[in-house]
Amino acid sequence: MSCWRTMLSAALACGSLGAALAGAMPDASRQNELVHLVRHDCGSCHGMTLKGGLGGALLPAELAHFSSDDIAHVILDGVPGTPMPPWRGNLSPEDALWIAEKLKEGFPK
Amino acid sequence: MKQALAFIFLTILCTGVAADDLRGTGDMGIVIERAAGAVQIIDTTARTRIARVEGLGDLSHASAVFSRDGRYAFVFGRDGGLTKIDLLTQSVVARVVQAGNSIGGAISDDGKLVAVSNYKPGGVRIFDTQTLKPVADIPATFGSDGARSKVVGLVDAPGRRFVFTLYDAGETWIVDCPEGQDIRVTKLTEIGDLPYDALITGDGRHYIAGLFGEDGLAHIDLWAKQPTVRRILDNYGRGEQKLPVYKMPHLEGWARAGDRIFLPAIGRHELLVVDAYNFEEIGRIPVHGQPIFAIARPDGRQVWVNFAHPLNDTIQVVDVPSLKVVHEFKPGKAALHMEFTPRGENVWISVRDADRVDVYDTQTFKRLKALTMDKPSGIFFTARANRIGL
Repeated sequence: MSCWRTMLSAALACGSLGAALAGAMPDASRQNELVHLVRHDCGSCHGMTLKGGLGGALLPAELAHFSSDDIAHVILDGVPGTPMPPWRGNLSPEDALWIAEKLKEGFPK
Repeated sequence: MKQALAFIFLTILCTGVAADDLRGTGDMGIVIERAAGAVQIIDTTARTRIARVEGLGDLSHASAVFSRDGRYAFVFGRDGGLTKIDLLTQSVVARVVQAGNSIGGAISDDGKLVAVSNYKPGGVRIFDTQTLKPVADIPATFGSDGARSKVVGLVDAPGRRFVFTLYDAGETWIVDCPEGQDIRVTKLTEIGDLPYDALITGDGRHYIAGLFGEDGLAHIDLWAKQPTVRRILDNYGRGEQKLPVYKMPHLEGWARAGDRIFLPAIGRHELLVVDAYNFEEIGRIPVHGQPIFAIARPDGRQVWVNFAHPLNDTIQVVDVPSLKVVHEFKPGKAALHMEFTPRGENVWISVRDADRVDVYDTQTFKRLKALTMDKPSGIFFTARANRIGL
């Protein structure tokens, strides 16, 4: 876990976020798609209940130290040197930020 | 004699089981309903669902092995649950929650031990298949500070042996469990960077671990007096930039067809074709996306391949003699798992997002049946009971 944290922090230090993330939030039908994607596709590494698997846990307690912007950045650009891939191309910055915020609150079923 | 007959007659009356209802389990299997925490027990002759068994906990990434008589399925859940299901009475006969987070399991060649590999706490636990009582606990500790590694690629090998790999440590451990004696652990270190899964060949001889952190795989000859690790298919990426990997390939679905082995190339839209004797690359087959499973039909004539998100709606069929893709179709979004009937005339495919399992004819590629199931993922048939490493 500590190892994962270090790599996550390193990845965050390399990237910069900003105005790119400001945009329209996903609409209700896109939100449903995103919930499905997180539960099932992210879930193949992080667990469907997000308690962790080969990838770390994505529960609010584990993510408390990171801002939503930081988490969105990891989703979009991945963590080099780990199996976490960049989802940019599949997800817009707004999608990623919405997922990040929901993960921090406790992700919808 | 008369008494005995009367007793049998009474027994039949009482249980309502007529002789006609007796059946074998050779054409049975289970399908995991990952979100519902249930399994469907199915019949591959009638192509029907027989019953649904619930209450198995978190079955995301669940897998199963079978008792040697093909009657019982041992289901390994993500939440550490190990559940023994009787396919004939369609009920749970034993269940333990043995860890916080687990990934898979294996059954010993004599059918007496079932082993589970765990992420949390990292290690392997071994249980008696009759009772699910604990037999051994093997923490996957490594390094000087007693850290525990996640365990992947657990398989059974001949001689009451299990082999598994430590993801965080880059080690492979061979565990011998001689009857009535203490277990013996042989550790092979520095096998490579981030081993994510492994396979064992059907003869129980070659153990191969896939490495996420480098191009190449780790090979161990289990027949060697003192097994060692050697790198095979080194630099198969030849320094090219890898594509993002949206789902780890599964190596337990390895395909051996004749003298060739087919492996998913991680981060590439290719299957690697490997010589089954010297493990050198023979060639590559360009495919539709990043392969997840490459599975040989039991006769070895075809290899069926599915793909990672977002191309997981497609399946391709490779003709082994020509090494060419001869068929491609789209069963639907998230076509996750494929399982062949014992002789390979049919293949069952779970289409998770369509809540469906489809049955196809492997000669004509026609769909024969569609069965409704709730978010189906893994499909496991009892024929696995008779195969090493499954």
